[in-house]
Amino acid sequence: MIYNLCLRGITPARRDGGQGMDAPKTGDFAHIGKSVVIKGELSGSEDLYVDGNVEGSIELRNNSLTVGPNGKVKATVTAKVVVIQGLIEGAVTASDRVELKKSSIVNGDITTQRIAIEEGAAFRGKVDIQREAGKAASS
Amino acid sequence: MASVADNVMRFFRSSSAQASAPAIPQKRNRRSSGIAEISRLLNSQDPLRVLDLGSTSANNIRFLTAKGHKNYSEDLLQASLDPAIQVKNEAGKLVPDEKKFLEENLTYPNGLFDVVLCWNLPDYMEESLVKPTIDRLWSVMKPGGLLLVFFHTRDAGPDAPCYRFHITGTDMLEMQEVRLAAKGDKQNPRLQRVFNNRNIENLFRDFASIKFFLARDAIREVLLVR
Repeated sequence: MIYNLCLRGITPARRDGGQGMDAPKTGDFAHIGKSVVIKGELSGSEDLYVDGNVEGSIELRNNSLTVGPNGKVKATVTAKVVVIQGLIEGAVTASDRVELKKSSIVNGDITTQRIAIEEGAAFRGKVDIQREAGKAASS
Repeated sequence: MASVADNVMRFFRSSSAQASAPAIPQKRNRRSSGIAEISRLLNSQDPLRVLDLGSTSANNIRFLTAKGHKNYSEDLLQASLDPAIQVKNEAGKLVPDEKKFLEENLTYPNGLFDVVLCWNLPDYMEESLVKPTIDRLWSVMKPGGLLLVFFHTRDAGPDAPCYRFHITGTDMLEMQEVRLAAKGDKQNPRLQRVFNNRNIENLFRDFASIKFFLARDAIREVLLVR
């Protein structure tokens, strides 16, 4: 079964609302907790923090996706910024940047303008830095 | 002002804390003739496809993508320890199954890569996987593509630490000891064997040319042209 979920308002939370040390600290965002399992297509226009399981696709063209330390994402991901502390299996496309934190495991190709990889991160796939797309977008 | 006794106690506390601190993997730098040759190709060519078979290295990804190349990463040594590819042999010992290993790893189209950085993989990988892996590398490389492999000499000894290699310059590498997650704990891979020159030539007999660089740290760098 495929779910099409609009993020705005599905689980809104404050980043300072006791979500744990690794959750973003300020501003509004949508939060998928570690006991939540979603299969289907996720799209939205606000930042998303995933600490649960998501299978399918995630599309946040102008917003950021953070995969928390408990997060397991088996999906095609498109976002402005992607920060990974947990697991992603699938292609990741970020129009701005991708950050692989030390606990992250990524199996899939990454396409982005900038990438930061911490010591201890595990990555398997292709990194394609798209500089020209960034210049075209800014001009 | 702190008393002498306080200072002495502080000294002993800090000493014991240091003693119980986990060992930090050692890093050291070395010059690499093989990387120097590959750098010439990287600096003079259109965007290339480069396959890095070592542990994930931010340095290598940065070095390669900054020059406009596409970086592919695959930690084959870690993958060779995956319990999912282990089968029992006739003696009842668990060994990696080469068919399963190649079904899940190095699954690229033929002739894709211009450069493959194999590092010291053959020295630490299970014997049964070495030849099939080299054969697969030959298939996924372009004709004229470069393959860089490091081999220990006998002088390195059986306890030669396994390193991961970070490219820090056009001819410089930073070497960092590998700690692999296997069987629930972190352990340093053991040197499986030492290849002599004849073994190396046989292993890569399908390649068009082979060049040896003997370094002072008991490592032979081998640069091959597909």
